[in-house]
Amino acid sequence: MLSSPTVRTSLIFLAIALVGLLFADIAITASNPWRDLGNFFLGIVTPNFFSSEGLMTALLRTVAFAFVGVALGGIAGFLLALVYRSLPVRMFCAFVRAIHELFWALIFLQFFGFHPLTGVLAIAIPYAGIFAKVYSEILEEADPEPGRALPPGTGVISAFLYTRIPDCWVKMRTYTAYRLECGLRSSAILGFVGLPTLGFYLEASFSQGLYSDAGAMLILFYILIATMPLWVRPKLLPVYILGAPFFLGEGLPIVWGNVQRFFTEDIVPAPLRNGEGLAGLTPWLNDLMINEAMPGIWNTIVLTQIALVATGIISLLAFPLISNHFGGPIRRNAGHVALVIARSTPEYILAYILLQLWGPSMLPAVVALALHNGGIIGHLIGRQTSSIKLRPDAPSGLNRYGWELVPRVYRSFLAFLFYRWEIIMRETAILGILGIYTLGFYVDSAIQNIRFDRAMVLILVTALLNIGVDTLGRYIRRKLALQTMPTC
Amino acid sequence: MSGFDFSGLTASFSGKRVIGPLSLQINPGEKIALVGKSGAGKSTLIRLIHERVNRDSSLIPQELGLVSALSVFHNVYMGQLDKHATWYNTVTLARPFAKDRTEVNSLLQSLGMTEKLWTPTASLSGGQRQRVAIARALYRNAPVLLADEPVSALDGPMAHSVMTLLRDGFSTSIIALHDVELALKYCTRIVGIQDGQIALDEAAERLAASDIMSLY
Repeated sequence: MLSSPTVRTSLIFLAIALVGLLFADIAITASNPWRDLGNFFLGIVTPNFFSSEGLMTALLRTVAFAFVGVALGGIAGFLLALVYRSLPVRMFCAFVRAIHELFWALIFLQFFGFHPLTGVLAIAIPYAGIFAKVYSEILEEADPEPGRALPPGTGVISAFLYTRIPDCWVKMRTYTAYRLECGLRSSAILGFVGLPTLGFYLEASFSQGLYSDAGAMLILFYILIATMPLWVRPKLLPVYILGAPFFLGEGLPIVWGNVQRFFTEDIVPAPLRNGEGLAGLTPWLNDLMINEAMPGIWNTIVLTQIALVATGIISLLAFPLISNHFGGPIRRNAGHVALVIARSTPEYILAYILLQLWGPSMLPAVVALALHNGGIIGHLIGRQTSSIKLRPDAPSGLNRYGWELVPRVYRSFLAFLFYRWEIIMRETAILGILGIYTLGFYVDSAIQNIRFDRAMVLILVTALLNIGVDTLGRYIRRKLALQTMPTC
Repeated sequence: MSGFDFSGLTASFSGKRVIGPLSLQINPGEKIALVGKSGAGKSTLIRLIHERVNRDSSLIPQELGLVSALSVFHNVYMGQLDKHATWYNTVTLARPFAKDRTEVNSLLQSLGMTEKLWTPTASLSGGQRQRVAIARALYRNAPVLLADEPVSALDGPMAHSVMTLLRDGFSTSIIALHDVELALKYCTRIVGIQDGQIALDEAAERLAASDIMSLY
């Protein structure tokens, strides 16, 4: 078994994670974590839907921001996909999608303030980068034969509309609908930086210990996502997209002086601003790198590697829950519900809740990342195993799991896991805002101290780290000949 | 229209020559059948000729080149995409004009598949798909037909009626055919291909099926 490259790769990553555990800060620091957890679950089973009208408004805003952001990102991404062959466009897209929605929101907040544009752009910009990449991949997979059979002299637009779009339409529609679900999650967590979506409401309820209010919010969010096939209908989409901008709320007006100051003063590195010139820049940059970027990068990598392996373990444990090779329909339905909850809860919200209950350490982050991402991969792999036909006399139970199913799905399991590596790292960095010492922590502190020049450099470092991991992940997937469809 | 004079036709796959160098003269009004074993280079030759006469030809490639998600009507209409403005094509994609609908419909009638006009080609059988590609070539209405095994998926009577349509619809045609009987019946000139070279080039009336069998 050790001679198999997939097993060897897995063991190497397992070893890295185990070494990482030695350096990681894993602890439960809260004085009474289990009582808090109990209170929280009590809140979920006794939800209070009527505590304030704020809940419904927050839900409406969450949907509105998701629709406007995803629609704008989709249109921009489609246009970018048409010119995706150009290297500058590819680099631009890789760069904008390497920066998390919350980082974009933090940047726009500094100059647009609490204007709806902040939330819309925070979703639209990174999504445009992701849409561009996936749309261009889908367009490239279109059958080239019809294009060759066209009469010569056919216009470029006619040729595109007739031979490419119809072939890609279903895939593009499926992916866009899937992205809309991701957009609802992104929109919800934008509330954590002060936009009027669900995250804001959740944070407010938690800080006052109103667990029943928080429980109601979570339940409504699950219902919203689970019922998407019912209310997101092709015929209704134009209504939603045209209507959504009117439900973003007023926010606060943009002060254009702030916008100008941000670009001409705030983000200019301090030494340059104070006239110290390039001579002053080196010590400034050194200080930033050694005291903030390096520890941030180290913690981000350690946490990412542990979370990646934990995600893998959760996925492998979770997929039998929905596989039709195990258990009866009742257990499988329960499994579906569990996995829907795990993957519908944004990791940021999970981490926030666990952090409130267990106190600050890397543990809540690892558990949140593993539950969310493990839920997604477990769901995909479980569905895949259900289409496997076993011989009638195949072993059952643990033998079926270990001998029949895992070997068959292991490659696609690894493909999904390495695909999500970069996503896990992006999330790990952002979880720093909650007080774990990853890159997001240093970005957030720099912004709190009104040192935007430092924040921008740290965000740039984060983006480069993500691009690096993405490249490495793709290299490993190519080396092991693993293929996958995109997930978010 | 003047004929074509091809010389120095060659093609190689990964360094190995599969066609030529060969020369072929085609006179206007000729109906040429390319015959020969599979792998002899007929499809490659069709492709080479298509590259040279692109603008003047209707093409029926072996892979058909249909857009599976589009309806039969739209796939046939694609034969004249170059004859209309972009806005016209775009509107047609959503809502075809009555004039085009009638035209395509009558064409499909002659191929016996009017009831499928709005069916996506993905859900058609192999023979039906082949007839859609034939309808597209007829609709394109170019002076020269280039076809690669256009009736391979059709049953006997249908194959004959389609070959008649193709013979009458184009003044000049070059058709790769493995069916020797059809070649002799519907073509005026038989060109036999063997190992990428012309091994036989004779008027159809002077040949019998047994003369061609030596190529196989």
